[in-house]
Amino acid sequence: MLAIARQRMLGQSFKKILPAVSVLRSYSSAAKQITVREALNSALDEEMSADPKVFLMGEEVGEYQGAYKITKGLLEKYGPERVLDTPITEAGFTGIGVGAAYYGLKPVVEFMTFNFSMQAIDHIINSAAKSNYMSAGQISVPIVFRGPNGAAAGVGAQHSQCYAAWYASCPGLKVLSPYNSEDARGLLKAAIRDPDPVVFLENELLYGESFPVSDEVLDSSFCLPIGKAKIEREGKDVTITAFSKMVGYALKVSEMLERDGIYAEVINLRSIRPLDRSTINTSVRKTNRLITVEEGFPQHGVGAEICASVVEESFSYLDAPVERIAGADVPMPYAANLERMAVPQVEDIVRAAKRACYRSVPLAATA
Amino acid sequence: MNSASCAAKISTQPFSLNPTSPTSHDNPLVFPKPTSLFLGSTRKIRLSSSSKLNLHRRSGTVVAVSDVVKQKKSKSTPSLLITKEEGLELFEDMILGRAFEDMCAQMYYRGKMFGFVHLYNGQEAVSTGFIKLLKQQDSVVSTYRDHVHALSKGVPARAVMSELFGKTTGCCRGQGGSMHMFSREHNLLGGFAFIGEGIPVATGAAFTSKYKREILKEADCDHVTLAFFGDGTCNNGQFFECLNMAALWKLPIVFVVENNLWAIGMSHLRATSDPQIYKKGPAFGMPGIHVDGMDVLKVREVAKEAIGRARRGEGPTLVECETYRFRGHSLADPDELRDPAEKAYYAARDPITALKKYLIENSLASEADLKAIDRKIDEVVEDAVEFADESPVPSRSQLLENVFADPKGFGIGPDGRYRCEDPKFTEGTAHV
Repeated sequence: MLAIARQRMLGQSFKKILPAVSVLRSYSSAAKQITVREALNSALDEEMSADPKVFLMGEEVGEYQGAYKITKGLLEKYGPERVLDTPITEAGFTGIGVGAAYYGLKPVVEFMTFNFSMQAIDHIINSAAKSNYMSAGQISVPIVFRGPNGAAAGVGAQHSQCYAAWYASCPGLKVLSPYNSEDARGLLKAAIRDPDPVVFLENELLYGESFPVSDEVLDSSFCLPIGKAKIEREGKDVTITAFSKMVGYALKVSEMLERDGIYAEVINLRSIRPLDRSTINTSVRKTNRLITVEEGFPQHGVGAEICASVVEESFSYLDAPVERIAGADVPMPYAANLERMAVPQVEDIVRAAKRACYRSVPLAATA
Repeated sequence: MNSASCAAKISTQPFSLNPTSPTSHDNPLVFPKPTSLFLGSTRKIRLSSSSKLNLHRRSGTVVAVSDVVKQKKSKSTPSLLITKEEGLELFEDMILGRAFEDMCAQMYYRGKMFGFVHLYNGQEAVSTGFIKLLKQQDSVVSTYRDHVHALSKGVPARAVMSELFGKTTGCCRGQGGSMHMFSREHNLLGGFAFIGEGIPVATGAAFTSKYKREILKEADCDHVTLAFFGDGTCNNGQFFECLNMAALWKLPIVFVVENNLWAIGMSHLRATSDPQIYKKGPAFGMPGIHVDGMDVLKVREVAKEAIGRARRGEGPTLVECETYRFRGHSLADPDELRDPAEKAYYAARDPITALKKYLIENSLASEADLKAIDRKIDEVVEDAVEFADESPVPSRSQLLENVFADPKGFGIGPDGRYRCEDPKFTEGTAHV
């Protein structure tokens, strides 16, 4: 009883802070717009200039200015010793990064896409994630693995998998997934400063999108806390959790639902591991309905974990079964129409929300 | 990179198509003296040589021609390497590859193709030189730059173009795409997006061939596998692991390195401690050969030897073909890092122009013949585009098909049939 009250209070206090921040933001004059790409680039730039132990490693990060131009200009600024173009050996250079991190350097290892991290996953899990534990705290691994994750457009099965669930199931790793520019900047800075291995899952299709940012975000000491989700939009009828690109979809969905009188609360998870269970549960206890949205495969996905967490902690608050929206349970097909069907679309989320609110039949019929 | 500049032990090379001018780029490929024989082996392991294999072994009829020619040290007039039919076949295949890739670029910019498209312009000599020597049952494993390998292996242009458009008539029904071309009929095993990923798969295909011959006693199974990959892949661990095992088990495979000097924007010289890839073969106990990959006839000679070796059960070979891609890494690559002088140098050594010149100078074909082939191929490619355009997109139900070979993924029951076909399966709580 007391525990529940405490949780509720925590949730409310967190919510009390948020509106203040959003008020600040909406009052800052001439809110600047930056793309996610610029946000990541500036974050890397600032962290590298602040700490000489930070260095970048990856394929095409230097002379090519980054396969997706995230590391543009950094080679010129910091030189080839700190921005390393590697040969195509993920296993090799990830291992090298982990070894460097053992001795206190702070590598930021870029995977051209996280699909390629499978060639290096042995080092990410066995050498990086488990080291602090196996050495009883003697060796910490302050490394960041970053790169685009999830589906892009028409790139086929081997380039489109979402790795959030795989990495998030491993103790010893922190897994972050930003949505907008503010998330990208704050979380990347936090990840680089963090003394533990962090898997930073970006999204290729979001790189070019611009988002408004306040001056506070552009400050070089701006950092977002790891393990805290953000309530992007408050509501009272249904909770929608999402991360990365799906947050954009969820926000669109919430606008569409508002016209039908359903007020959705959109939670941007930001941090997949550690998952901000308290924010999610507080929200569910308020709205009593939950939809989890993700792009990856459904089985053992992020939504499955959120659902389990909510059932464990807030079962009696649920008024409807939890709806899980995920990618199709197939390797990503190439054909454009099949690909569209294999990834969640806005309509799918709207339908799920209405099902959760028992509104899939017109109100007149239910009356 | 022309072998004529190498050590004196190698005889003159009378069949060069391109002038033997010194290279103008910064890559002085100095050919090493042949290293000592690998000790501890009772077999004569071939030395690392930068020329065609220059050995006295029993050989098939076609190779005998070149053997005879090699032994004549001072030959002034080159004897012809190919017959007219062979020459026209090679020419047609290279023109098909070039025209097809050019059409792909056009279609991409018109929005009919999407995603990643990696074009093969400039490297046709390697694909044609090697694959045209294979039988239908021999396997080819490639990377994402696989359109032309598919075409050379015999996959119809229509099927490849439909696949690129994402239509259901494509060779993989639109589910694979540009980077994942598979064909059971033509034994094209892909089509892998990750570099280095195809090499162990190819080694496995070669293993199967050997297994079939020795364990399953299919005595005439002499299928050879070709693994195509690039210079960037030669720094990857999987490459070395497979070189080791292929040599250890004497698998019938040829590792073909298409060294086009660039891995997206990473120059081979910046990425590799020792840029001479062919030297990595002898380190594992197999011959390593370097050949001019812009010259289809040279490639074909080397290929004959290497494939012959594999067919006879003598083990793997590593062939480094020095070649160049005229376009960027993919259609999304702005290609800013390559020196225009380097591009011009290789453009002057276009394999198609070189073969054309050879055919005409040696009176194997007339201009008219070659123009006729040009036109024919243009028609083939345009027909492929039309076919692809008119083909239907995959139906909605195709999304969930082919995930498993077993129709619904429930496995085989005790009676040996698929569980989902058993009418009793849905009794009780089982839910199909």
